[in-house]
Amino acid sequence: MPIGRKLLTIAIVLAALAAMNQIIEYGVGDFRINPYYARIISLVGINITLAVSLNLINGLAGQFSIGHAGFMAVGGYAATYLTVYHGAAIAATVGGTPMQGVGSLVVMTASLVTGAVAAGLAGLVVGIPSLRLKGDYLAIVTLGFGEIIRVIILNIPAVGGATGFTAALPITNIFWIYAVAVLTIVIVRNITQSTFGRALGAIRSDEIAAEAMGVATTRYKVLAFVISAALAGVAGGLWGQLFANPLNPQNLNFVKSIEVIVMIVLGGIGSITGAVLGATTLTILPEALRTFDQQFPGLRMVLYALLLILLMIFRPDGIMGRRELSLAWFRRRGGGPGQPGTRVAPLATAGTATRSTRDEGDG
Amino acid sequence: MASPVSSVLLDVREVTRRFGGLTAVKHLNLQVAAGTLYGLIGPNGAGKTTVFNLLTGVYAPSEGDIWFDGRRMHGQRPWQIATHGIARTFQNIRLFADMTVLENVMTAQHLRTSQMIGDAIIGSRRHHREERETRDRARHLLAIFGLEALADEPATSLPYGSQRRLEIARALATSPKLLLLDEPAAGMNPQESVALMDTIRWIRDEFSLTILLVEHNMKVVMGICETIHVIDHGESIATGSPADIQANPRVIEAYLGVG
Repeated sequence: MPIGRKLLTIAIVLAALAAMNQIIEYGVGDFRINPYYARIISLVGINITLAVSLNLINGLAGQFSIGHAGFMAVGGYAATYLTVYHGAAIAATVGGTPMQGVGSLVVMTASLVTGAVAAGLAGLVVGIPSLRLKGDYLAIVTLGFGEIIRVIILNIPAVGGATGFTAALPITNIFWIYAVAVLTIVIVRNITQSTFGRALGAIRSDEIAAEAMGVATTRYKVLAFVISAALAGVAGGLWGQLFANPLNPQNLNFVKSIEVIVMIVLGGIGSITGAVLGATTLTILPEALRTFDQQFPGLRMVLYALLLILLMIFRPDGIMGRRELSLAWFRRRGGGPGQPGTRVAPLATAGTATRSTRDEGDG
Repeated sequence: MASPVSSVLLDVREVTRRFGGLTAVKHLNLQVAAGTLYGLIGPNGAGKTTVFNLLTGVYAPSEGDIWFDGRRMHGQRPWQIATHGIARTFQNIRLFADMTVLENVMTAQHLRTSQMIGDAIIGSRRHHREERETRDRARHLLAIFGLEALADEPATSLPYGSQRRLEIARALATSPKLLLLDEPAAGMNPQESVALMDTIRWIRDEFSLTILLVEHNMKVVMGICETIHVIDHGESIATGSPADIQANPRVIEAYLGVG
């Protein structure tokens, strides 16, 4: 895409996000959206970022990580810490406050970048030793990592310990949440369509063959893991500043990690579209089922579990499988012809044909 | 330090590999001259696959050294060895199962692309140009092997013989100097084997390669290899032209047993 068109696309997306922000956060004319729905829309956006970023390591690279909530916690606390303790100073450099206008823009950017860097570094520390190994080690290490982070946070008074980070400022809004979600989708999509993405696919498919083709497997796994962790950190930064006291170590435990895994499995592991669908469905579904709780308290979670089981029975590969929703679906498929004048190896084409006919005959 | 004989591309010197108490390869010496079609044969369990794994860095030698293109390969990881120009196929085909035929070949061009992750993420012009070049080259390689019509099919849906050809195309996509073929004729009928011999010879000439071949099918080995090295129980028992090897009493003994 030429630079001009690319900038135009970015401008249109930002304008759309700003309009969406205006409608959902402040309303238009007399129309006000139910704050409960607005909250769900916010959570959908954050969960999309979490699911799409986890999909990079679990789906694309095929490495099973169950510590996404841990990276979310690292990023969330780091980002919120920056806003709470240095937000006013940062906003003052542009002559504003953290809660409004340009001041909030600068503070939010600084805070989300801090969250990304902190979580990315944590990913590097966890990834380097555990990704050298093949198999289930990453799952075990990331599981332990999540718990370690939780216990560490419980013991840091500056971020509230067990009572949660009550000083957090609610500066996250729909604009930021969906800007990050769109950015995450674009980053992961661009990775899948690159040398890096194919190297990750090769690792998932066959590590020995990937190495034989020159893929530095450990390096690529660590890189994918760090990018995935950093994006989870940004999601954490958004979540941590979404309302007054969201950051509590108990909210970001093992259960949250599993929730994100269920999202990508439900959507179709390895598919970005699937991760988006899975995150959306699994955020809305438990809320939509609340009506059942009025007659039969507790029925909601039973139905929720039942729906997941049914889906896994009838669509074991998830909603999308490995496929993506893309414009290419509507274009004609098929390989183009080889370049004219290509010198062709002497082949067993005749032999292969004989073979397959014979196989059919025998079969 | 460089390899003493300059025309020797691959120089295996006194390589021994032990697995616990078992010595799979004993004091192996192999000199493969650039541009040759070299055959490595031996009865079952002779250590041929271990030699392949030593050459590609899957195992490190317990003793001895491997030199390739004037470089000492000791302690290099498989991907580094691929970087220096050794590509291989596998005895039990190892294609990237959940990729298409085209993607398999594109993936193997990994070493030829700049691998700029930043470029990929922002979708720069350089990235798009490189993607296009990678795709074109992959299609070109598929066309050479008569697979271009199947480019968008899942790799594992191909018939067996085509999967073997795809594996060779994928190995060539890394632009190697030395191609290692691990039993390329395994599971092929006589007709396919004959065509495979022509293909291997043609590849060597067209891509100016050196090819090292492990093969059970004697017709194939004797038909195309210029030099043959025979190992048995991890030890070299003979080296020479096909005619020499066929007449060598130690080789006959190893294959047929005595009396």
